[in-house]
Amino acid sequence: MPVVASSLNPAASRAHTGGHGSHPREPVDSEYLWTLNFGPQHPATHTTLRLVLTLDGERIVKAEPDIGYLHSGFEKLGEDLDFNQYVTIVDRMNYISPLANEIAWHHTVEKLLDIKITPRCTYLRTILAELMRLHDHLLCIGAVALDLGAFTAFLYFFQQRELIYDIVEYASGQRFHTSYTRVGGVMFDVNTAWADKVRNFSKGFPKIHSEVDRLLTRNRIFVDRVKGVGVLSREDAINMGCSGPIARASGVVRDLRKDEPYLAYADLDFKVAASKGGDCYARYLVRMQEMLESIKIIDQAIENIPDGPVNVDLEGKSVLPAKPAVYRSIEGLIHHFEMVMPNRGFKVPVEEIYASTESPNGELGFYIVADGEPRAYRARCRPPSFIHFATFQHIMPGYMLSDVPAVLGSLNIIAAELDR
Amino acid sequence: MAIATPAGAAGSSSPFVNPQKGLPDNVFLTTLNAASSWARKNSLWPMPFATACCGIELMATASSRHDLARFGAEVMRFSPRQCDLMIVAGRVAMKMMPVLQRIWLQMPEPKWCISMGACACTGGVFDTYAVVQGVDRFIPVDLYVPGCPPRPEQLIAGIMQIQELVQRTGTMQGTEFQYRNRPTGPAPFDADEIIRIREGQLQLTPLELPVSLKQAQTPTLTQATP
Amino acid sequence: MDFAALNEHLGGVLKSEAFRDNNRVIVPANRLEELMSHLKHVGGFDFLSDVTCVDYLEYPGATDRFGVVYVLVNTATRERLIVKTFVNDPAPKLPSMYSLWKTADWTEREVYDLFGIHFTGHPNLQRILCPPEFESHALRKDYPLKGRGERHNFPVITRAES
Ligand code: SF4
Repeated sequence: MPVVASSLNPAASRAHTGGHGSHPREPVDSEYLWTLNFGPQHPATHTTLRLVLTLDGERIVKAEPDIGYLHSGFEKLGEDLDFNQYVTIVDRMNYISPLANEIAWHHTVEKLLDIKITPRCTYLRTILAELMRLHDHLLCIGAVALDLGAFTAFLYFFQQRELIYDIVEYASGQRFHTSYTRVGGVMFDVNTAWADKVRNFSKGFPKIHSEVDRLLTRNRIFVDRVKGVGVLSREDAINMGCSGPIARASGVVRDLRKDEPYLAYADLDFKVAASKGGDCYARYLVRMQEMLESIKIIDQAIENIPDGPVNVDLEGKSVLPAKPAVYRSIEGLIHHFEMVMPNRGFKVPVEEIYASTESPNGELGFYIVADGEPRAYRARCRPPSFIHFATFQHIMPGYMLSDVPAVLGSLNIIAAELDR
Repeated sequence: MAIATPAGAAGSSSPFVNPQKGLPDNVFLTTLNAASSWARKNSLWPMPFATACCGIELMATASSRHDLARFGAEVMRFSPRQCDLMIVAGRVAMKMMPVLQRIWLQMPEPKWCISMGACACTGGVFDTYAVVQGVDRFIPVDLYVPGCPPRPEQLIAGIMQIQELVQRTGTMQGTEFQYRNRPTGPAPFDADEIIRIREGQLQLTPLELPVSLKQAQTPTLTQATP
Repeated sequence: MDFAALNEHLGGVLKSEAFRDNNRVIVPANRLEELMSHLKHVGGFDFLSDVTCVDYLEYPGATDRFGVVYVLVNTATRERLIVKTFVNDPAPKLPSMYSLWKTADWTEREVYDLFGIHFTGHPNLQRILCPPEFESHALRKDYPLKGRGERHNFPVITRAES
C-alpha cells in the first residue's frame, strides 16, 4: 500500500526536512484520509476562520479554507455613508492597525476629489502610518510566538502596543477605533507633548525589540517550528497576488512606499526589508526588520514635521470646520451644516479611481466609483488578507498539522479584513 | 451597564456569618450555597468567543497592563465544555450565529454570558444584511458591556458585576435561572422592521414576504440542538 | 504599455480612458480573454492585484448593468493598468482568469457571490462570503442594505432550553 509507506517515510511526510520548493501531491488512496474541521472557533485561528483539512496521518493532503464567518457588509455600507462617515467603518476593517485603513481610504478619496493635503498633515499621517505598522507587526509576531509556545514575547510586545495606544489616544481621544482622518486633513492637530510621547516611545522601543530578538531569532524551539515551513516561491507569490511582508519574504521587492511614493515617504530615508527564504521564518525576519525601519522613519519625520495648518484651507470648504468655530460663529455653523447636509460640500466628479497604499499587511487599495453624490457609488476595498489567505490552500499540502498555526500566524490573517 | 437580574433575588454581599462562640477563630460558618458561589465567582473560566475588533481589546485585558488574572478570570479556555462564562466579543454575522448557539449549548451549567461591545449588544454600526442585530435575540445574555470597543477597564468592571451576580444568585440549588426562562432580548424582529423591509422591497421588486421571513415566524430548535 | 500598439493587436476594439494617474482600457467581453493573455505574456503584467465588479443600475448615464474591473501591475516596471469590461443581465457571464493568475480564484468567487456573475472555466465557483443557502446577491443595487430578513432567521435559545 503506497499510502502507508509514504506516510511512514520521514522524508516524504515531513516535507520541510527534505528541502524547500514544491511538494508534489502523490496520488493517495482516499480511504486512508480523514477530515479535520479546524475552527471557526479555535485558538490558533485567532478570529473566525474555518479550515477543512484532509489528512493522511498527520500530513496535510488538502487544505480548504472556508471563510465568511465575519462577513458584515462593509462595502454595502460604503454606498450608504458619505466619505467622512465611512471612515468609522474602514477603521474596523483591519482592526489591529485601524489608522492605516483610514489613511488608505482618505488617500483614495483625496485623489478622487483632487485635494492636496498640507505638509504638516502629510508628515503627521506618515508618522501614524508607521506607528500602525509597528502596531500590526507587534501583534502578529507576538501571536505567532504565542501559538508556538513562547508566551513572553507576546507580553513584551503587548506592552509596546499599549504605549502606541496611548499615543494614538492622546491625539484622537480613542485608543482603538480612532476615526482620526478627515477628507483633507485630520480631526485635531497634535501638540509638542504628543511629539515628546512619540520620541519617548521610539527611544525605548529598540531595547524591547532586541530583547525579543534575542528571545526568538536564534531560539532552537522557535526556529525549528518556523524554518522551512510554509514555503512560498517567488513565482507563486507574484502569481497569487501577494504583497507586503509576505511577498518581500519571498523575494518580491515591491513596496508601494518606494514604487509609488505617497505621503512623505519620498523625502525620508529608509530601506525595504526583504528575504529570499519564502518560509515562515523569513516572514518573521522581514517583519522584525521592518519594525526597525519604521522607527527610523518615525524618528526622521517627528524631527522634520513642519508647522502650519493641518487641514487644507477652509475657504476651499472641503473639510469640516473646527468645533469651536461651529459653536461660536455663525459662519462656522453654516459651513458645518453645509458639509453635513447631503448634496452639499465637495464637488465630486462622475468618475472612478483606484489608489492603494502600503498597509502593514500589504497593498491596501480602494476602488471608488463616484456618481457626483457626496458618497461613494461603490466602495471596493482590495484587502490584503483576503488575497493572502487564498494562497493557504496552495502552500499547505505536504506539511504537518502542527505547522498550520505557524503558517496562519505568519500570513497574518485578519478576519474582518478577510470577510468585510 | 445593566444586569438582567431576576426580580427579588436575595442579596448578601459577604458569604460568611459571624463565628459562633466556642469555635476557634479560624472556623467560619456559612451556607453551602454561599460558600460555593464565593468559590465559583473567584474562579470564572471565560470562553472568549472573540470574532472581531473587541477580541483584540479582550486580549489587551488579559495581557500585561490590565491583567485580568487579578480577578481570577484569566483562564481563557477555547473548549466550551470547560467554561462557565461566555464573552461574546465582536459582531456575530449570519454565518456565525449557528456556531455561537451551538457553543452556548455545549457549555455546562451554571453558565453566564457577557455581550461585549456595541456590535454584540445591538449590531452597532453594522446595521446591514449580514450582521445579527444583537446576540440577545437568540441566546440569553446576562450582562452588556457597551462601547466600541469597550475599554479594558470597562470589561473588568463588567466581569466584577458578573461576580456579584454569581454571588447573589447562588449556584448550588440551580435556582438562579428559574426566573429567566424567557428570551431576555428583544423579539427576533419587530413589526416595524417587517414594514421597513417590505417598503424597501416595494420600490424594487413586487411585494412578497420572503421565504426566510415566513420560516422565522415559527422558530424551531431542530437545527441548533446537537 | 503602448495603447496604440495594443489596440492594433486587438483589431481596434479597445477604448482607453485616463483619470488622475489611473489608465483604463475598456474591452468588449468577448475579447477579454485574448487581451488579458496578451497583457500577461507580452505586456509583462504578471501581477493581478484585484478583481471587482460595479453594478451600474442607478448610475447616471450608464448603458450596461455590470462592469467588471481588473487591476493589473507589472512588477518589473511598476506600471499599473485597469482593464474594464461590461456584462449584462440575464445570466452575466465572463471567462475566468484563473489559468493566468491564481489571484483570480477567490476574487472571482467573491464577485460571483456578491454580484452573481458566472466565470466559465473557474475550478470551484461557489459562494465564499455569504452562507451557501443565501439566495440573493448582496452587493447588487436592488438588494436592500438591511437585507430581506435573513439576519433574523434563527431559532431562539432561552435559559430554560440551554
Ligand atoms: S463593537 Fe466596535 S470594536 Fe467591537 S466588534 Fe463591533 S465594531 Fe468592533
